[in-house]
Amino acid sequence: MAKLIGGLGTSHIPAIGGAIHRGDQQTPYWKPFFDAFPPIHAWLGEKKPDVIVIFYNDHGLNFFLDKMPTFAVGAATQYVNSDEGWGIPSLEPLRGEVDLSWHIINTLIDKEFDVVTCQDMLVDHACSLPLKLFYPEGNYPVTVVPVCINTVQFPLPKASRCYALGKAVGQAIQSWGSDKKVAVLASGGLSHQLDGERAGFINKQFDLQFLQSLETNPEWATQFSVHELVEKTGTQGVELLMWLAMRGALTAAGSGVKKVSSNYHIPISNTATAVLALETNN
Amino acid sequence: MTFELPSIPGTTPFDGNQAKKGYALNKMCFSFNDEANRQAFVADEEGYMKQYGLNEQQAAAIRARNVLQLIAAGGNAYYLAKFAGIFKLDMQDIGAQQTGMSKDAFKAKLVAANNQPGLQ
Repeated sequence: MAKLIGGLGTSHIPAIGGAIHRGDQQTPYWKPFFDAFPPIHAWLGEKKPDVIVIFYNDHGLNFFLDKMPTFAVGAATQYVNSDEGWGIPSLEPLRGEVDLSWHIINTLIDKEFDVVTCQDMLVDHACSLPLKLFYPEGNYPVTVVPVCINTVQFPLPKASRCYALGKAVGQAIQSWGSDKKVAVLASGGLSHQLDGERAGFINKQFDLQFLQSLETNPEWATQFSVHELVEKTGTQGVELLMWLAMRGALTAAGSGVKKVSSNYHIPISNTATAVLALETNN
Repeated sequence: MTFELPSIPGTTPFDGNQAKKGYALNKMCFSFNDEANRQAFVADEEGYMKQYGLNEQQAAAIRARNVLQLIAAGGNAYYLAKFAGIFKLDMQDIGAQQTGMSKDAFKAKLVAANNQPGLQ
Protein backbone atom coordinates (compact mmCIF):
# COMPACT_ATOMS: atom_id res chain seq x y z
CA MET A 1 0.00 0.00 0.00
CA ALA A 2 1.03 3.61 -0.52
CA LYS A 3 2.59 5.46 2.37
CA LEU A 4 1.41 8.88 3.60
CA ILE A 5 4.66 10.51 4.70
CA GLY A 6 3.56 13.97 5.78
CA GLY A 7 1.90 17.26 5.08
CA LEU A 8 2.95 20.64 3.75
CA GLY A 9 1.30 24.04 3.98
CA THR A 10 2.01 27.39 2.41
CA SER A 11 0.35 30.68 1.61
CA HIS A 12 -0.14 31.23 -2.12
CA ILE A 13 -0.30 35.02 -2.62
CA PRO A 14 -0.10 35.82 -6.36
CA ALA A 15 2.60 38.43 -5.69
CA ILE A 16 4.92 35.52 -4.78
CA GLY A 17 4.85 34.61 -8.47
CA GLY A 18 6.13 38.06 -9.37
CA ALA A 19 8.86 37.86 -6.73
CA ILE A 20 10.05 34.49 -8.08
CA HIS A 21 9.99 35.83 -11.64
CA ARG A 22 12.11 38.85 -10.66
CA GLY A 23 14.46 36.84 -8.41
CA ASP A 24 13.54 38.91 -5.34
CA GLN A 25 13.76 36.03 -2.84
CA GLN A 26 16.62 37.56 -0.84
CA THR A 27 15.44 41.17 -0.81
CA PRO A 28 14.45 42.52 2.64
CA TYR A 29 10.71 42.39 1.92
CA TRP A 30 10.69 38.77 0.68
CA LYS A 31 13.49 37.11 2.62
CA PRO A 32 11.46 36.42 5.82
CA PHE A 33 8.99 34.44 3.70
CA PHE A 34 11.36 32.60 1.36
CA ASP A 35 13.73 31.68 4.21
CA ALA A 36 11.01 29.34 5.46
CA PHE A 37 11.66 26.92 2.60
CA PRO A 38 15.25 25.58 2.70
CA PRO A 39 14.63 23.30 5.74
CA ILE A 40 11.61 21.89 3.95
CA HIS A 41 13.56 21.47 0.69
CA ALA A 42 16.06 19.39 2.69
CA TRP A 43 13.27 17.28 4.19
CA LEU A 44 11.67 16.71 0.77
CA GLY A 45 15.08 15.80 -0.64
CA GLU A 46 15.45 13.17 2.05
CA LYS A 47 11.90 11.77 2.02
CA LYS A 48 11.34 12.04 -1.73
CA PRO A 49 7.55 11.86 -2.03
CA ASP A 50 6.35 10.59 -5.42
CA VAL A 51 2.89 12.16 -5.33
CA ILE A 52 1.36 15.25 -3.70
CA VAL A 53 -2.37 15.64 -3.07
CA ILE A 54 -3.07 19.39 -3.07
CA PHE A 55 -5.99 20.93 -1.19
CA TYR A 56 -6.54 24.35 -2.78
CA ASN A 57 -9.17 26.88 -3.73
CA ASP A 58 -9.69 28.10 -7.29
CA HIS A 59 -9.85 31.90 -7.65
CA GLY A 60 -11.88 32.16 -10.82
CA LEU A 61 -9.66 30.47 -13.38
CA ASN A 62 -11.20 27.01 -13.84
CA PHE A 63 -14.56 27.49 -12.15
CA PHE A 64 -17.08 30.28 -12.69
CA LEU A 65 -20.37 30.89 -10.88
CA ASP A 66 -22.29 29.03 -13.61
CA LYS A 67 -21.11 25.74 -12.07
CA MET A 68 -19.47 26.00 -8.66
CA PRO A 69 -18.59 22.70 -6.99
CA THR A 70 -18.13 22.56 -3.21
CA PHE A 71 -15.53 19.79 -3.55
CA ALA A 72 -13.91 18.86 -6.88
CA VAL A 73 -11.21 16.26 -7.53
CA GLY A 74 -8.91 16.40 -10.54
CA ALA A 75 -8.51 13.22 -12.59
CA ALA A 76 -6.36 14.53 -15.44
CA THR A 77 -2.99 13.42 -16.78
CA GLN A 78 -1.83 17.04 -16.80
CA TYR A 79 -2.91 20.30 -15.14
CA VAL A 80 -2.07 23.50 -16.99
CA ASN A 81 -1.60 26.87 -15.31
CA SER A 82 -2.93 29.77 -17.38
CA ASP A 83 -3.33 33.54 -17.63
CA GLU A 84 -5.30 34.68 -14.59
CA GLY A 85 -5.78 38.23 -15.75
CA TRP A 86 -3.32 40.17 -13.67
CA GLY A 87 -0.04 39.47 -15.28
CA ILE A 88 1.72 36.89 -13.12
CA PRO A 89 3.77 34.62 -15.36
CA SER A 90 2.25 31.17 -15.92
CA LEU A 91 4.24 28.30 -14.42
CA GLU A 92 4.97 24.86 -15.80
CA PRO A 93 2.15 22.27 -15.99
CA LEU A 94 1.76 19.67 -13.24
CA ARG A 95 1.69 15.96 -14.07
CA GLY A 96 -1.39 14.11 -12.79
CA GLU A 97 -1.49 10.82 -10.85
CA VAL A 98 -4.65 9.54 -12.47
CA ASP A 99 -4.77 6.15 -10.75
CA LEU A 100 -4.72 7.79 -7.31
CA SER A 101 -7.26 10.39 -8.46
CA TRP A 102 -9.79 7.67 -9.19
CA HIS A 103 -8.97 5.78 -6.03
CA ILE A 104 -9.61 8.98 -4.04
CA ILE A 105 -12.84 9.64 -5.97
CA ASN A 106 -14.08 6.08 -5.38
CA THR A 107 -13.19 6.28 -1.69
CA LEU A 108 -14.79 9.69 -1.20
CA ILE A 109 -18.07 8.72 -2.85
CA ASP A 110 -18.09 5.51 -0.79
CA LYS A 111 -17.72 7.68 2.32
CA GLU A 112 -20.58 9.91 1.15
CA PHE A 113 -18.56 12.87 -0.11
CA ASP A 114 -20.29 13.30 -3.46
CA VAL A 115 -17.53 15.14 -5.28
CA VAL A 116 -17.34 16.63 -8.75
CA THR A 117 -14.73 14.95 -10.95
CA CYS A 118 -12.61 16.84 -13.50
CA GLN A 119 -10.69 15.16 -16.32
CA ASP A 120 -9.76 18.52 -17.74
CA MET A 121 -9.03 21.44 -15.44
CA LEU A 122 -6.86 24.51 -15.36
CA VAL A 123 -5.08 25.14 -12.08
CA ASP A 124 -4.38 28.64 -10.82
CA HIS A 125 -1.65 30.14 -8.61
CA ALA A 126 -3.02 28.21 -5.63
CA CYS A 127 -1.68 25.00 -7.23
CA SER A 128 1.21 26.29 -9.29
CA LEU A 129 2.93 28.49 -6.67
CA PRO A 130 3.21 25.90 -3.86
CA LEU A 131 4.88 23.43 -6.25
CA LYS A 132 7.34 26.11 -7.36
CA LEU A 133 8.02 27.10 -3.74
CA PHE A 134 8.65 23.55 -2.56
CA TYR A 135 10.52 22.56 -5.75
CA PRO A 136 12.18 25.81 -6.93
CA GLU A 137 14.37 23.98 -9.47
CA GLY A 138 11.25 23.14 -11.48
CA ASN A 139 10.86 20.00 -13.58
CA TYR A 140 8.88 18.69 -10.64
CA PRO A 141 9.81 15.21 -9.37
CA VAL A 142 6.23 14.61 -8.19
CA THR A 143 2.85 13.95 -9.72
CA VAL A 144 -0.25 15.55 -8.21
CA VAL A 145 -3.93 15.14 -7.42
CA PRO A 146 -5.65 18.53 -6.97
CA VAL A 147 -8.62 18.66 -4.61
CA CYS A 148 -10.48 21.95 -4.92
CA ILE A 149 -12.56 23.33 -2.02
CA ASN A 150 -14.94 26.21 -2.76
CA THR A 151 -14.12 29.47 -1.00
CA VAL A 152 -15.56 31.72 -3.72
CA GLN A 153 -19.29 31.52 -3.13
CA PHE A 154 -21.02 31.03 0.22
CA PRO A 155 -22.18 28.74 1.68
CA LEU A 156 -18.71 27.22 2.02
CA PRO A 157 -18.31 23.72 3.42
CA LYS A 158 -18.00 23.63 7.21
CA ALA A 159 -14.61 23.39 8.88
CA SER A 160 -15.60 20.06 10.42
CA ARG A 161 -16.62 18.78 6.98
CA CYS A 162 -13.31 19.82 5.41
CA TYR A 163 -11.44 18.06 8.19
CA ALA A 164 -13.53 14.93 7.59
CA LEU A 165 -12.91 15.20 3.84
CA GLY A 166 -9.20 15.29 4.55
CA LYS A 167 -9.47 12.21 6.74
CA ALA A 168 -11.25 10.35 3.95
CA VAL A 169 -8.55 11.40 1.48
CA GLY A 170 -5.93 10.15 3.95
CA GLN A 171 -7.70 6.81 4.17
CA ALA A 172 -7.81 6.66 0.38
CA ILE A 173 -4.08 7.33 0.12
CA GLN A 174 -3.28 4.60 2.63
CA SER A 175 -5.46 2.04 0.87
CA TRP A 176 -4.08 2.83 -2.60
CA GLY A 177 -2.49 -0.27 -4.07
CA SER A 178 0.86 1.29 -4.91
CA ASP A 179 4.32 1.38 -3.35
CA LYS A 180 4.55 5.15 -3.85
CA LYS A 181 5.15 7.73 -1.14
CA VAL A 182 2.49 10.42 -0.89
CA ALA A 183 2.39 13.82 0.82
CA VAL A 184 -0.60 16.12 1.27
CA LEU A 185 -0.40 19.87 0.80
CA ALA A 186 -2.53 22.79 2.00
CA SER A 187 -2.47 25.95 -0.09
CA GLY A 188 -3.76 29.27 1.27
CA GLY A 189 -4.19 31.53 4.27
CA LEU A 190 -3.62 32.48 6.91
CA SER A 191 -5.66 35.51 8.06
CA HIS A 192 -6.36 38.11 5.38
CA GLN A 193 -9.18 40.07 3.84
CA LEU A 194 -9.00 41.67 0.39
CA ASP A 195 -12.48 43.11 0.04
CA GLY A 196 -14.56 45.70 1.86
CA GLU A 197 -13.85 48.44 4.37
CA ARG A 198 -12.21 45.78 6.56
CA ALA A 199 -9.55 45.09 3.89
CA GLY A 200 -6.16 44.52 5.48
CA PHE A 201 -7.60 42.65 8.46
CA ILE A 202 -5.07 40.30 10.09
CA ASN A 203 -5.46 38.27 13.32
CA LYS A 204 -2.04 37.17 14.55
CA GLN A 205 -3.20 35.54 17.78
CA PHE A 206 -5.76 33.36 16.05
CA ASP A 207 -3.26 32.36 13.34
CA LEU A 208 -0.63 31.33 15.86
CA GLN A 209 -3.13 29.35 17.87
CA PHE A 210 -4.33 27.66 14.68
CA LEU A 211 -0.78 26.74 13.64
CA GLN A 212 -0.10 25.32 17.09
CA SER A 213 -3.36 23.34 17.02
CA LEU A 214 -2.28 21.60 13.82
CA GLU A 215 0.48 19.86 15.75
CA THR A 216 -1.35 18.52 18.77
CA ASN A 217 -5.04 19.44 18.70
CA PRO A 218 -6.03 19.38 15.04
CA GLU A 219 -9.79 19.51 15.60
CA TRP A 220 -9.55 22.83 17.48
CA ALA A 221 -10.65 25.00 14.55
CA THR A 222 -13.56 22.71 13.66
CA GLN A 223 -15.47 24.22 16.60
CA PHE A 224 -16.01 27.40 14.54
CA SER A 225 -18.69 28.01 11.93
CA VAL A 226 -17.56 29.41 8.58
CA HIS A 227 -19.18 32.71 9.58
CA GLU A 228 -17.10 32.78 12.76
CA LEU A 229 -13.98 31.94 10.76
CA VAL A 230 -14.65 34.86 8.40
CA GLU A 231 -15.05 37.12 11.42
CA LYS A 232 -11.84 35.84 13.04
CA THR A 233 -9.62 35.42 9.97
CA GLY A 234 -11.09 37.56 7.16
CA THR A 235 -13.01 36.72 4.00
CA GLN A 236 -9.94 35.05 2.49
CA GLY A 237 -8.59 33.78 5.81
CA VAL A 238 -11.16 31.01 5.43
CA GLU A 239 -8.58 29.37 3.19
CA LEU A 240 -7.50 27.73 6.45
CA LEU A 241 -10.11 25.13 5.43
CA MET A 242 -7.36 23.74 3.15
CA TRP A 243 -5.05 23.35 6.14
CA LEU A 244 -7.75 21.51 8.07
CA ALA A 245 -8.26 19.10 5.18
CA MET A 246 -4.50 18.52 4.91
CA ARG A 247 -4.27 17.87 8.65
CA GLY A 248 -7.32 15.58 8.52
CA ALA A 249 -5.46 13.39 6.04
CA LEU A 250 -2.51 13.11 8.44
CA THR A 251 -4.88 12.17 11.27
CA ALA A 252 -5.97 9.22 9.14
CA ALA A 253 -2.34 8.06 9.15
CA GLY A 254 -2.55 7.68 12.95
CA SER A 255 0.01 8.13 15.75
CA GLY A 256 0.27 11.89 15.52
CA VAL A 257 2.70 14.11 13.68
CA LYS A 258 6.01 15.78 14.34
CA LYS A 259 6.86 19.24 13.10
CA VAL A 260 9.66 19.46 10.56
CA SER A 261 9.58 23.24 10.19
CA SER A 262 7.19 26.17 10.44
CA ASN A 263 7.20 29.87 9.71
CA TYR A 264 4.77 32.73 10.28
CA HIS A 265 5.34 36.16 8.76
CA ILE A 266 3.30 39.39 8.48
CA PRO A 267 2.80 40.72 5.85
CA ILE A 268 3.27 39.55 2.30
CA SER A 269 0.93 41.68 0.21
CA ASN A 270 -2.20 41.90 2.43
CA THR A 271 -1.69 38.52 4.05
CA ALA A 272 -0.35 36.91 7.20
CA THR A 273 1.68 34.06 5.73
CA ALA A 274 2.45 30.61 7.08
CA VAL A 275 4.67 27.78 5.86
CA LEU A 276 4.63 24.37 7.52
CA ALA A 277 5.87 20.82 7.13
CA LEU A 278 4.61 17.96 9.33
CA GLU A 279 5.86 14.39 9.25
CA THR A 280 3.72 11.39 10.10
CA ASN A 281 4.97 8.97 12.75
CA ASN A 282 4.01 5.86 10.80
CA MET B 1 -34.38 27.29 9.88
CA THR B 2 -32.85 30.61 8.85
CA PHE B 3 -29.61 31.17 7.03
CA GLU B 4 -29.45 34.86 7.96
CA LEU B 5 -26.26 35.62 9.89
CA PRO B 6 -25.18 38.62 11.95
CA SER B 7 -23.27 41.15 9.88
CA ILE B 8 -19.50 41.53 10.15
CA PRO B 9 -18.49 45.20 9.88
CA GLY B 10 -16.84 46.15 6.59
CA THR B 11 -17.47 42.67 5.19
CA THR B 12 -19.86 41.39 2.53
CA PRO B 13 -19.79 37.59 2.34
CA PHE B 14 -20.39 36.58 -1.28
CA ASP B 15 -23.58 34.58 -0.71
CA GLY B 16 -26.48 33.60 -2.93
CA ASN B 17 -27.96 37.10 -2.86
CA GLN B 18 -24.69 38.66 -3.97
CA ALA B 19 -24.10 35.93 -6.55
CA LYS B 20 -27.55 36.49 -8.06
CA LYS B 21 -27.17 40.26 -8.10
CA GLY B 22 -23.65 40.25 -9.52
CA TYR B 23 -23.82 37.49 -12.10
CA ALA B 24 -23.41 39.67 -15.23
CA LEU B 25 -20.67 41.78 -13.65
CA ASN B 26 -18.73 38.74 -12.46
CA LYS B 27 -19.17 37.01 -15.80
CA MET B 28 -17.62 39.99 -17.54
CA CYS B 29 -14.72 40.04 -15.06
CA PHE B 30 -14.22 36.28 -15.48
CA SER B 31 -13.76 36.91 -19.22
CA PHE B 32 -10.70 39.05 -18.38
CA ASN B 33 -8.69 35.86 -17.87
CA ASP B 34 -8.10 36.18 -21.64
CA GLU B 35 -5.82 38.90 -22.96
CA ALA B 36 -7.96 39.36 -26.08
CA ASN B 37 -10.97 40.13 -23.89
CA ARG B 38 -9.00 42.59 -21.77
CA GLN B 39 -8.00 44.39 -24.96
CA ALA B 40 -11.58 44.35 -26.25
CA PHE B 41 -12.77 45.94 -23.00
CA VAL B 42 -10.10 48.65 -23.14
CA ALA B 43 -10.95 49.38 -26.78
CA ASP B 44 -14.69 49.81 -26.11
CA GLU B 45 -15.70 49.73 -22.45
CA GLU B 46 -19.34 50.65 -23.00
CA GLY B 47 -19.82 48.15 -25.80
CA TYR B 48 -18.15 45.42 -23.78
CA MET B 49 -20.33 46.08 -20.73
CA LYS B 50 -23.42 46.05 -22.93
CA GLN B 51 -22.39 42.71 -24.39
CA TYR B 52 -22.41 41.22 -20.87
CA GLY B 53 -25.65 42.93 -19.89
CA LEU B 54 -24.40 44.93 -16.91
CA ASN B 55 -27.09 46.98 -15.16
CA GLU B 56 -26.64 50.71 -14.59
CA GLN B 57 -25.34 50.32 -11.02
CA GLN B 58 -22.69 47.87 -12.23
CA ALA B 59 -21.72 49.98 -15.24
CA ALA B 60 -21.39 53.10 -13.08
CA ALA B 61 -19.17 51.24 -10.61
CA ILE B 62 -16.98 50.00 -13.48
CA ARG B 63 -16.69 53.52 -14.91
CA ALA B 64 -15.77 54.85 -11.46
CA ARG B 65 -13.19 52.02 -10.90
CA ASN B 66 -14.65 51.94 -7.38
CA VAL B 67 -14.22 48.64 -5.58
CA LEU B 68 -16.75 49.24 -2.78
CA GLN B 69 -19.36 50.20 -5.39
CA LEU B 70 -18.48 47.10 -7.40
CA ILE B 71 -18.99 44.93 -4.29
CA ALA B 72 -22.31 46.67 -3.59
CA ALA B 73 -23.30 45.83 -7.18
CA GLY B 74 -22.65 42.13 -6.55
CA GLY B 75 -18.99 41.88 -7.53
CA ASN B 76 -16.88 39.06 -6.11
CA ALA B 77 -13.35 39.84 -4.95
CA TYR B 78 -11.71 37.13 -7.05
CA TYR B 79 -13.33 38.18 -10.33
CA LEU B 80 -12.98 41.90 -9.55
CA ALA B 81 -9.23 41.34 -9.14
CA LYS B 82 -9.07 40.51 -12.85
CA PHE B 83 -10.72 43.86 -13.64
CA ALA B 84 -8.25 45.66 -11.37
CA GLY B 85 -5.41 43.85 -13.14
CA ILE B 86 -6.23 45.65 -16.39
CA PHE B 87 -5.15 48.87 -14.66
CA LYS B 88 -2.11 47.23 -13.04
CA LEU B 89 -3.55 47.88 -9.57
CA ASP B 90 -2.12 45.68 -6.83
CA MET B 91 -3.83 44.57 -3.63
CA GLN B 92 -2.44 47.52 -1.66
CA ASP B 93 -3.93 49.96 -4.18
CA ILE B 94 -7.26 48.17 -3.79
CA GLY B 95 -6.98 48.02 0.00
CA ALA B 96 -6.11 51.70 0.19
CA GLN B 97 -9.06 52.65 -1.99
CA GLN B 98 -11.54 50.65 0.07
CA THR B 99 -10.29 51.88 3.44
CA GLY B 100 -9.89 55.52 2.36
CA MET B 101 -6.20 55.48 3.24
CA SER B 102 -3.13 56.40 1.22
CA LYS B 103 -1.27 53.38 -0.15
CA ASP B 104 1.64 54.05 2.20
CA ALA B 105 -0.69 54.28 5.19
CA PHE B 106 -2.39 51.02 4.19
CA LYS B 107 0.98 49.26 3.86
CA ALA B 108 2.03 50.62 7.25
CA LYS B 109 -1.19 49.26 8.75
CA LEU B 110 -0.32 45.78 7.41
CA VAL B 111 3.17 45.92 8.89
CA ALA B 112 1.72 47.16 12.19
CA ALA B 113 -0.25 43.91 12.48
CA ASN B 114 3.06 42.48 13.74
CA ASN B 115 2.46 44.44 16.93
CA GLN B 116 -0.65 42.46 17.75
CA PRO B 117 -0.18 40.19 20.77
CA GLY B 118 0.98 36.64 20.02
CA LEU B 119 -0.02 33.50 21.86
CA GLN B 120 -1.12 34.21 25.43
